[in-house]
Amino acid sequence: MLKKERKTGLIFFPAFDWAISPTHPEREERLLYTQDQVFEEGLLDFDNIIEFKPGVAVDDDINRVHICVPDTRSVITESHLISAGGAITAAEKVMKGEVDNAFALVRPPGHHAMLVVHGARGFCNVNIEAIMIEYIRKHYGPQRVAIIDTDCHHGDGTQDIYWNDPNTLCISIHQDGTTLYPGTGFHREFGGPNALGATINIPLPPRTSDEGFLYILDHVILPILDEFKPDLVINSAGQDNHYSDPITDMRFTAQGYALLNDRLSPHIAVLEGGYSIEKALPYVNVGIILAMAGLDYSNVREPDYDPLTIRQSDEISRYVEKEAAEIYTLWGKRDLMREKLIGNAEYVRRKKPIYYDTDGISEQQEETVRVCNDCGGIVTIDSAADTGNRIFAVIIPGQSCPACRAKGEEIYTSTGKDKYNYVYLQDRERDIFLVK
Amino acid sequence: MVILGIDVGGTHTDAVLIENFRVKKKAKVLTNERDLLDSLWKVTDDLLKEENPERLERVVLSTTISTNAIAQGKTDRVGMILVSGPGLSPSLLRINEDCHFISGYVNHRGMEIAGIDRDNVSRIGERFQRDGIDHCSIVGKFSTRNPHQEIEIHEIIATHVRHVSLGHRMSGHLNFPRRIATTFLNEAIREIYSNFVKQVSNLMHLRNISIPIYILKADGGTIDIAQSCEFPVQTILSGPAASIMGILSMVERRDDAIALDIGGTTTDIAVFAEGVPLLEAVGVTIFGHRTLVRGLRIRSIGVGGDSRVRCEDGGIVIGPEREGPAAAFGGPFPTPTDAMIVLSLTSIGERGRAKGALLPIALKMQCSVEEVAKTIFEQTCEKIASAVLDEMEAINNRPVYTIHEILEDRRLEPKILYVVGGPARPMAFRLGEMLGCPVYIPEHAEVANAIGAALARTTAEMAILADTEQGTLTIGEEGDRIAIPPRFTREDAIRIAKEKLRGRAIKMGAKEEDMAIEVTEDQEFNMVRGFYTTGKNIRVRVQVKPGLIASLRT
Repeated sequence: MLKKERKTGLIFFPAFDWAISPTHPEREERLLYTQDQVFEEGLLDFDNIIEFKPGVAVDDDINRVHICVPDTRSVITESHLISAGGAITAAEKVMKGEVDNAFALVRPPGHHAMLVVHGARGFCNVNIEAIMIEYIRKHYGPQRVAIIDTDCHHGDGTQDIYWNDPNTLCISIHQDGTTLYPGTGFHREFGGPNALGATINIPLPPRTSDEGFLYILDHVILPILDEFKPDLVINSAGQDNHYSDPITDMRFTAQGYALLNDRLSPHIAVLEGGYSIEKALPYVNVGIILAMAGLDYSNVREPDYDPLTIRQSDEISRYVEKEAAEIYTLWGKRDLMREKLIGNAEYVRRKKPIYYDTDGISEQQEETVRVCNDCGGIVTIDSAADTGNRIFAVIIPGQSCPACRAKGEEIYTSTGKDKYNYVYLQDRERDIFLVK
Repeated sequence: MVILGIDVGGTHTDAVLIENFRVKKKAKVLTNERDLLDSLWKVTDDLLKEENPERLERVVLSTTISTNAIAQGKTDRVGMILVSGPGLSPSLLRINEDCHFISGYVNHRGMEIAGIDRDNVSRIGERFQRDGIDHCSIVGKFSTRNPHQEIEIHEIIATHVRHVSLGHRMSGHLNFPRRIATTFLNEAIREIYSNFVKQVSNLMHLRNISIPIYILKADGGTIDIAQSCEFPVQTILSGPAASIMGILSMVERRDDAIALDIGGTTTDIAVFAEGVPLLEAVGVTIFGHRTLVRGLRIRSIGVGGDSRVRCEDGGIVIGPEREGPAAAFGGPFPTPTDAMIVLSLTSIGERGRAKGALLPIALKMQCSVEEVAKTIFEQTCEKIASAVLDEMEAINNRPVYTIHEILEDRRLEPKILYVVGGPARPMAFRLGEMLGCPVYIPEHAEVANAIGAALARTTAEMAILADTEQGTLTIGEEGDRIAIPPRFTREDAIRIAKEKLRGRAIKMGAKEEDMAIEVTEDQEFNMVRGFYTTGKNIRVRVQVKPGLIASLRT
């Protein structure tokens, strides 16, 4: 197999001294065997694979993306700053042209962290991809970004953060939400009024194997990317679709992950979940690294790999084909749908309950977005958690139009603290973060 | 106490006689590449003439024999049997024409997942025999985690070949491609190296020297010469290591420091952290072969006193090639040394010839010979200084894997610059200015390598993996895999590692008083399966770090 070699940056940060709790899946041991395998395969010796030390993110990097209640330091630990910093380092190396692509093999993960953060959910406190993307936009100008979330769980946090951003395409491919945490990620979740179609969910039935994943890639994801024309493609690379994962029920393989990354050719991949730490992660990660670097990965497979036992049923194949056709049709109709959805409304509201399973916190949230044809629209969030905190946040989007900006600033100025513990202004365009 | 230190280098063979830790005598002869023993004979002749061999307590040699054998391809054909399993494609692992990939697989925890095909191994053995391949290397992926398959293959093949090197014996570090390269080189140079050892022993015998003889390794430590025959690959690149150890022996301070050995062709850069030379993280690289050979971290750049100087596109180009000595010594081209002679920074050689060699460049650049000399000198120093800064940057940006290390962010900040080598004296001051460091040129710098060899202590390393879920403790390099109880602790692992290391070091020729053992890795992971802790994965690494024989400081 002859391929064009690519220069690949690797940020490997196993955080060998951090765990959510001693027996939690997100613990010190998680990347231990991956490290063993990566070292033993000698991957760091390839001239076109370069390892970089992760940087450390700062509060400003987080405040550009999240509204942390009451502040960043209350909801994160040092490990999150390094894991986000690792993703940022990956991005920097790519943006500066030092490498062709990069893989942030870091922990803890982040794709369940939503815009407002009262605590940890789905093992995530802050969204490391979103922090990375906003860092890129701040330092390298506006970019059209596509995030392909290949974690087995719906990337609900990333979806929430970019719900109203027409310049960020979020495609999440995951095990059907009726059968797995977080229970969301259906077709009808399709983006906010100003960004309809920029959120795409592809739920797959349990026991889908390589065949199904790659079918979706070829028939939905790649064609949509062709039309969206992103400047940057990011793989939110969860590894829990693997057939040996203890907390999910899919049948993806190391070879499948390698093929997917080869065909998708992401500029940056960031590790998300994946808890089959011995039987999957070592092989999946070797596969992804080789594929990104354009090296022969055809010999990568799990020692217990048996294609017959993990083949998907014909029924699943038919289902996946139908699913692909439906989603692609939906994407084609996004503009029509927008007219229908908005009508004459000036604002669109959604109410949602959010549960922080890792920390056991419940939040009630109302999000209001100003309908706008010129930008992502001003967003306000009224959020109350059972920690006793109630907050109000105004988000001015990147590339905002003058009308939305003026409106946002006015709302922030006029909102008093009588009902709220804190009132925040997050100006993504001017990189300003205010709290009162 | 009298010690004889000899460094057989590419150009010169140096020797020193050290009495009570003072250099009593030194000698230098040209190395006879075709007959290293001849050089050894000559250089010791002078030194030992009036010595009573009985008073000698220690002889240490550093030799380029292994390095040269590899450089010049004077190696034996090696049949390779590789148990590669899934992962990297065999096409990326093929090190020579005689690679045979066989079935079998050991996983990252040392569990045997697939057995080897014994019949196939026999057939390969027969083929080696038929093809006249006497040397064989057997290397398995993760064999440091469980050497059983390598040992099994060895048993089958032993009757078909004369000698076998086993991968797990080379190093405790993980890295299969490097293990292949290391085991291959070890076997490929074994014959030529063993012959050398035999001849050295004969020579010492003829000189009536009957004390232990040591050989310097790439990590700046010594090993008993007889012991070294099983691991000749460890002696590659010991030349540069000798110089660095020499510098170490001649300085008192224990700061972060930079050590430069400026030679004719190249300049070697090493870095000391609190007085201890840094080691390569995994192993040294020799002529494109990345190995698992523990070695000092030495960066070599193609700039030296005899580098050829050219004028290209209106600018000066220095090196990387050396075409002979400086013009002042009858060489064919101008060199930085000629520039230093013109600038009166040194009084060696024939100044007229140096000037004459720079003249064409001066004419071309339309300036004076002195100005050209100044440019060459500055540029030479700048090249070295910028390589030093790059190296410091690389060291300070080494990846780490714990939050603690990231937050601690210990950066090396050199407080002093040590310089040895021919052009040390004329260049040191300017280099110090450029690097913002005081400089120090050690005494006897011209024989630093021989002194380094003479005074280096025996070094060794040992890695232990304890897996209480499986109930096994593995010491890859020793081929040990033993049962441990469920309550086995990290303290137990450290204790065993230290005991085993002590045993190994003594076998390698270490003295009890030189046994400063330190723990370099010490990690313990809870193994959780389901929601229960099922065991511990304990990783310990200990070493006797590079340094000088203890009695030196007393």
